[in-house]
Amino acid sequence: MATTVHEPPKIKSTDEILTSHGGGGWHDQPPSPGSLRSVYDSSPASRTGVWVGLAAITMSFVAFTSAMIVREGASTDWRHFTLPSVLYFNTLVLLASSVTLEFARKRVAAFLHGEQLDRSPSLTWLWTTLGLGLLFVAGQFVAWDQLRAQGVYMASNPSSSFFYLFTVLHALHVLGGLAGFTLVLWRISKPVPTLRVSTLSTVSYYWHYMSALWIYLLLLLWTRI
Amino acid sequence: MHDMSAPAVHHHAPPTGFIRKYVFSLDHKVIGEQYYALALVAVYIGLVLSWIMRIHLAWPNFAIPGLQLLSKTGAPGGVMTPEYYLQLMTMHGTIMVFFVLTTAPFAGFGNYFLPIQVGAEDMPFPHINMMSFWVTFVAFCFAIAAFFVPQGPPLSGWTAYAPLSALGSVAGPGQGTGQVLWAISIGIFCIGQLLGSLNFISTTLDMRCQGMSLMRLPLSVWAWFITSCIGLTAFAVLMPACILLILDHVAGTSFFVPSNLVVNDQLQPHAGGSTLLWQHLFWFFGHPEVYIAIVPAMGVVSHVLITNMRRPLLSHRVIIYSMVAIAFLSYMVYGHHMFVSGMNPFSSIVFSFPTLAITIPATIIVLIWLGSIYGSKLRINTASLFALGFISMFISGGISGFFLAQPSIDIMLHATYFVVGHFHLVMAVAALFGIFAGTYFWFPKVTGHMMNDTLGKIHFWFTFVGAYCIFMPFHYLGMAGNIRRYQAFVDDFMAPLMPVHKFITIAALITGAAQLVFLYNLIHSRFWGKPAPANPWEGTSLEWSIPSPPPFDNFDGKLPVVYHDPYQYGIEGSTGDYVMQDSPEQINSVRDEK
Repeated sequence: MATTVHEPPKIKSTDEILTSHGGGGWHDQPPSPGSLRSVYDSSPASRTGVWVGLAAITMSFVAFTSAMIVREGASTDWRHFTLPSVLYFNTLVLLASSVTLEFARKRVAAFLHGEQLDRSPSLTWLWTTLGLGLLFVAGQFVAWDQLRAQGVYMASNPSSSFFYLFTVLHALHVLGGLAGFTLVLWRISKPVPTLRVSTLSTVSYYWHYMSALWIYLLLLLWTRI
Repeated sequence: MHDMSAPAVHHHAPPTGFIRKYVFSLDHKVIGEQYYALALVAVYIGLVLSWIMRIHLAWPNFAIPGLQLLSKTGAPGGVMTPEYYLQLMTMHGTIMVFFVLTTAPFAGFGNYFLPIQVGAEDMPFPHINMMSFWVTFVAFCFAIAAFFVPQGPPLSGWTAYAPLSALGSVAGPGQGTGQVLWAISIGIFCIGQLLGSLNFISTTLDMRCQGMSLMRLPLSVWAWFITSCIGLTAFAVLMPACILLILDHVAGTSFFVPSNLVVNDQLQPHAGGSTLLWQHLFWFFGHPEVYIAIVPAMGVVSHVLITNMRRPLLSHRVIIYSMVAIAFLSYMVYGHHMFVSGMNPFSSIVFSFPTLAITIPATIIVLIWLGSIYGSKLRINTASLFALGFISMFISGGISGFFLAQPSIDIMLHATYFVVGHFHLVMAVAALFGIFAGTYFWFPKVTGHMMNDTLGKIHFWFTFVGAYCIFMPFHYLGMAGNIRRYQAFVDDFMAPLMPVHKFITIAALITGAAQLVFLYNLIHSRFWGKPAPANPWEGTSLEWSIPSPPPFDNFDGKLPVVYHDPYQYGIEGSTGDYVMQDSPEQINSVRDEK
C-alpha cells in the first residue's frame, strides 16, 4: 500500500494574510499609510460576493428579456413607439459617472495610502459621481413623464409595459448603487476614515455593471420597442 | 507539538443584549437556528393542512371541528367547499416546498455548519446573512396573511398557472388579494434565498481555512455549495415571474392573460398575453427547485452514512461530480412538466432525453451509497436509520420518475395521483428524511445535549412505514385514473377507489401524529437531554473538533489547519479508528486528498 506523507502546509503569518493581495474577506483592514495596496485591491470574498450578486441580477434581466421576446411574438398587439430622447442624455450622464468614479478611486487610494493628506479631491470626485447618478435617475423620471404626456402608460401596450418595467427596475438598482456611494462617502468623511478599499471596489464593480446593463437595455429597447 | 493554527481576526464583536444575541443576530449559527425554527413552524402548519385535506378527501361531508373559524365562507359549519380545498392545497404545497424543503436542509443546516466545516469564523457578509433570514421571515408572514384576507388564500396551486392566477378575483375566491399576497411572498422569498446563496458561495470559495482544499471539503459542504449555485440562477428567474404576475393583477398589464378570455360570463379586459410564458418561467425555476430541496439532503445523508459506516464512500470525487452533473442537467429538463401543455411534441423529446439522462448521476450516487454500505459495519442509530430511509424513499420515488419522463406515458399519468406519489416520495419525504437525519446527527453539536435515541427510532419506524402506506398507494390511484387536485371523487370510475383514500387518510393521521413524538423529543432533549460530548459520533470533520455547543466565534480565536480529507475512517489513529481533519498526525492512506 502506498504511503502518503503529509508535508505541513505553509502557514501564513497574520501580517501576510492582512497585507497580501486579496486578503481574507473581513480580514481586510484600512491600509496603513505607506502600504503598497493597489487601488484595484479588494478582498476575495468581496469580489466573489459582488460577482455572485451581479450574476443573479444578470439572470433576472435575462428572464425579463426572454419574457419580452415571447410576449412580442405571442400576439399582434405589440406597438412600437419612439423612445424619449432624454434617454440618450441620461446614457451619457451614466457613462460620465463611471469615468468620474475611476477618478474617485485613484484619489481615494492615494488618500488612504497616505500619499495625499487632503481628502478633498476624493470627496469631490465621489460627490460628482453621486450627483451624476442622481441626475440619471432624475432623467429617467423625465423620460417617464414625457411618455405619460403622450398617453403611453404601463398598461397601454405590451411594449410600454416592458419599457417601464426595464427602466424602473434598472433605476431601482441604480438607487441601490447610490446607497453604496452614500456609505462610502460617510465612511471616508469621518474624522478617522473607516473606509475599506474592498468596499469602494465592490461599489465600483456594481456601478460599472449598472452602466453596462443600461447600455444593453437601451439597445434592447431601441431595437424592440 | 507546536501550534500551527493561524490566529483569527474577529470581524464582529460578541453580541450583547437579547435582541442582538437572539433576534437580529449576525452569528451564522443563530441564523441557522432561526431558519430551522421557521421551517419547524412551517412544517407543522403544512402537516395540519394535509390532515384537513386528507380528511375531506376520505369523508367529503365530514364537518371538521373548528375549520369554520379559519374561514366562514370556505368551510361553513366545518365542511369545506370545493374551492377551499384547492386553497388549502395551494398553501400546503407553497409552505412545504418553499418554507420547509428549501429552508431547513439548505438555509438551516447550511448556515449553521458550512462556515464551521470549512474552518471559518463566520460568513463573510454577516449583515446580509441576517437580512436573508428576516427577508424570508417577512415572506412567510405574507404567505400566512393570505389565510386571513376576506376571500382567503389562492386556489391556483403552488404552481400558480396562468391565466387562473393572473385574472384576479373573477377567477375564484382567493384569486384577488390572496394571489397577490402569494406572489409578493414568493418574490420576497426569492430575494432572501439570493442573499443567502451569495454568502454560501463566498464562504465556500474564499473563507476556507489553511489546508482546506476544495477536494477536502465534506460532502455536505459541496452539497450546500452546489445548491446555492442552482438557487442563484433559479430564484433569479422566479422573481421576475412573480413581478410580472403582480403587474397583471395590479397594473392592468397582460403578460400572461390571452385575448378574448371569458370567465364567469365576463369578457376579460386583458389581451395578448401568453399563458405558456408563465409555465416556462415557473418551471425553469421549478425543476432546479426540486434539486435545491434534495441535494442538501444528499450531502447530509452522505456525511451521516460515512460517519456511521466508519469508512469513506467508494469514491468521494464521483459523488461530487455527480451532484454537479445533476445541477447542470436540472436546467435542461424543466419541460417535462409541460409535456401536455400544448408545446410542440418535438420539444417533448428534447426535454425527455435529459430527464432520463439525469437519472444517471442520481443512480451513480445511490449505487455508491449502497456499494459503500455493503460489507460495512454500519452503526445503527436514529440518524443512520433516517439516512437509510432517505435512500429507500429516493429510489422508490425516483423509479416512478422513469415513467413520467416519457411523454407517451406522461399523457396518461399527468395530473393524476401518480405524479403526486412520485414527487412526494422522491422530494418531499426523502428530503424530510434528510432533515431528520441531520437533526438527530447534529443536535448534540448545536445544543450540547443528546436526543433520546429510543424515541428517535419510534419516530423513524412510524414515519418510514407510514410514508410508504400513504404514498405508495398514490401510484396505484394514478394508474387507475384518479385525477389530482380534485376535492371529491364523484365519477363512477373513481368511486371504487374510496377505500384506498380512506386507508391513506388513516395512515396520514397516524404518521402525522408520530411527528409529535419528534417534536417532543426535540424540545425535551434541548433542555433535559443527556449532556453531549464534543464528538459523540467520533466524526472527523471540523465541527466535531469544537465544543458542543460551539463558542461564538467557532474556533475560540484560533482558526484550524487541515491536514487530511474529511473522511479518514478505518485508519489507526491516536483517537481510535479515525483521524480528525485538523490532526497533524501523519497517516498512511491512499485515499487522502490534497
